[in-house]
Parts: sequence; C-alpha cells; structure tokens
Amino acid sequence: MHIFWAVVARDLRLSVRHGGDTVATFLFFLVAASLFPFGIGPEPETLGRIAPGVVWVCALLASLLPLDRLFGADFDDGSLDHLMLSGLPAAGIVAAKTLVHWISTGLPMLLMAGPVAIMLRMPEEAIPTLLLALLPGSLLLSSFGAMCAAVVLGARRAGVLLPILVLPLVVPVLIFGAGAADAAANGVSPQSHILLLTAMCLAALPLCPLAGGAGLRNAVG
Amino acid sequence: MQGTYILEGQIATAGPDKSGYEVRAEDVSVMRGERLVLRNLSLTVGSGVAIVLTGPNGSGKTTLLRVLAGLIRPTAGRVSWRGGNPGNDVAEHGEHVAYVGHQDAVKLGLTVTENLKFAAAVSRRPIERALACLRLEPLADLPVRRLSAGQRRRLALSRLLLSNAPLWLLDEPTLALDAGSIDRFGTMLAEHRRTGGMIVAATHVPLPLTDTISFQLG
Repeated sequence: MHIFWAVVARDLRLSVRHGGDTVATFLFFLVAASLFPFGIGPEPETLGRIAPGVVWVCALLASLLPLDRLFGADFDDGSLDHLMLSGLPAAGIVAAKTLVHWISTGLPMLLMAGPVAIMLRMPEEAIPTLLLALLPGSLLLSSFGAMCAAVVLGARRAGVLLPILVLPLVVPVLIFGAGAADAAANGVSPQSHILLLTAMCLAALPLCPLAGGAGLRNAVG
Repeated sequence: MQGTYILEGQIATAGPDKSGYEVRAEDVSVMRGERLVLRNLSLTVGSGVAIVLTGPNGSGKTTLLRVLAGLIRPTAGRVSWRGGNPGNDVAEHGEHVAYVGHQDAVKLGLTVTENLKFAAAVSRRPIERALACLRLEPLADLPVRRLSAGQRRRLALSRLLLSNAPLWLLDEPTLALDAGSIDRFGTMLAEHRRTGGMIVAATHVPLPLTDTISFQLG
C-alpha cells in the first residue's frame, strides 16, 4: 500500500512542477463554458436552461485533456516498467493514477463549477445539486478516463483513439449528471439521479482499474 | 505461489544475503507481431552467476531480459523461479527483479534525491549508499532535467542499490558512462555477486565483470 501512496505523491509533485498543464485544463474549462453566452446570447432564461448541460460537457471535455500523459509519460521514459515490477499490481497502478487524475483535475473542476454555473445564470437552487452530482460524476470521469488511457497505451494514434473510447462510455454519466441539476431547477427531487450516479461510481471504482491493469500489462508486454 | 512466499521470507530474514535463488528459462519462444524473436531458448541463472548476452541488433537480447523480468509472457515455454511461474503475476515476481532498461526511467521534473526516494519507497532502504556509490552527492538537489546523459545513466544504475532483488537485469548498462563510473559500477556488480546476487546483462561493449558466462543470441 505504501507504494500506492508513493506513486500518488510522486505524480502530484510532478503535476505541481509542471503546473502549466494543470492550469491549462482549468482554463479550457473556463474558456469553453464562457463561449456559450457569446454563441447563444446573454438571455438568462436560455442560458439558465442549458447551464447544467454546458457545465457537464465542458467538465467532461476538460478532463480528457490530461489523460494521454497520465500513463504516456511513464510509458515513454521507461518508468512504467519499473512501476510494473514495483510489487504494486497493475490494477493498483491504474487506481493510483485515477486518484491522481481526480485530485489534479476533478477536484479543482468541482471548485470552479459553482462560479461557472453562476456565470451561466443557472437557477441558484440547482447549484448545490449540480455540485453534489459532480462529486461522483468527476470520480466516474477519472475512472473511465484512466481505464481507457491504460487500454490505448502504446497504440498508434492513441490521442485520437482515447476520446472516441471515453466519450460514449461517459454518456450515462452526462445524462444523469445534467439530469440531476435539471430536476432541481424544475423543483423535482434529484435524488434518483444522484443515487444512480453514486451506484455507477461504486461499481466503476473497483472495476475500471482491473480492466485498465490488463491494458497496462498488454502495453509493456 | 507457495514458492514465492518462501523467497520473501528469505529476503526478510537474510537481509543482504541473496544466495539460494535460481531462475530457469525453459524452451522459451517469443513471437513479436509476425516474427519469432526467441526460439526454444533455455537458460539457467544460479546464485552469484553473471551472464552476458551478446548478439546483433534485433536478435532478442532486450526481449529475453523482459521475459526474465516477467514483463513479457513467453509465447511458448516458461520462466520459473524455483517452481513458481512469474508470468502469472508480474507484480509478485517483480520484487525479485531489478531492471535497468535502455531507457533511464527517471523523472526529469524531480531532483536526483526525489527520484531515488521514490525508488526507495519500494524497498524502504536509505538512499545514502545509492547516492555515494556512483558519486551522485554533488548532483543530489539538481533536477534530472539538468543532468547529462551519463549522469542520468548513473542515477538509473544507482537505483539498483535500493532494490532487494536478487536478479539484476541490465540492458546496455554502461552506455554513456565515463571510465571512472564504469569502474565504480564494476565494484557494485562484484559486491552484488559476492552476496549471492545474479546478473543478466545485454551488451555490445565489454562490461566490468569477470568470470562471466557468455550467451550468444541470433
């Protein structure tokens, strides 16, 4: 287990040292979301109606950005071989990287989603629900993302393959995530949406690293 | 599985003593894509033995090292550690193997000390000896990005001293090293063998090793 935390600590330290990559992800989130008022117009009704979907789609796209370097950097410099021989199972490596991705991408996005939602004139009463749904939602994005990044590792054109693989998988997350905030905005209970997201999250957290681990073994072998 | 537990027990009780191990490759064949890279290869590495793999480019030296590390599963044949099959679980097998590939596998954004500390997280050994052995102390606080190719190689090799593994797998280990570093590396290798460690090295240039078994591929 101490190897797991050593990997997490090392990668977080690296993401702080290469702070530009991390900041670029948030800026992408912010800039992409702020394009919508320019394209659609500043009417509060229209913006508020589409705000949950916009926040979710932007969060989803932004979380894709750091994925190809998640394992790619270790794969290219040979560190992945050492990780595979470190005594940590391949699934453990994927779990550690999932956590790193969530801390460096999901968590800051969670913090920025509130201001972005306000900017998009989302009804106030729906904002806590949006954030509550984003918590399991961002964990799901990291789990699916890390799994797919491990699976495409070593493939030619992995950068193109990755979004094609991840995006269809996260469609249910998007439906229930945006649905939860929509429900809250319309005065309906969002409980079922949040429970479904949490259930998906609880299934994905142990299963995605297993699938990703098989991908890693395939990549180094 | 049971065999592995016995090996772990020996590491825990015997400390630096690495004797009593044996790695055996039996009739190993490996296909890479459409090509047969290794064909019916058999090899036994015993305690204190150093094997030097030679052969032209593309003859399968790196592939054989990776098979012995358990990173590549052979298409046919098997690699056994006193009966256990490493291909079944790379992670468990990996604790008995220290691998230095042709890449240095160091993080450019971290300092020399941070890189060694990460390697030491696995074995929980102090890093001072690893720093001293290949004279890395003056570079300890520099980011690896600022080191030369030879200095990075020294860092990659010094990590061997942070491993408890009895088998060292070395792929062109002396690439970019200066003469003094090669001598000091020779001392490291000799010390490893003296305590019962095993070495399998692939190389095109003479290594600072005596009394080796040569193994020609291709």
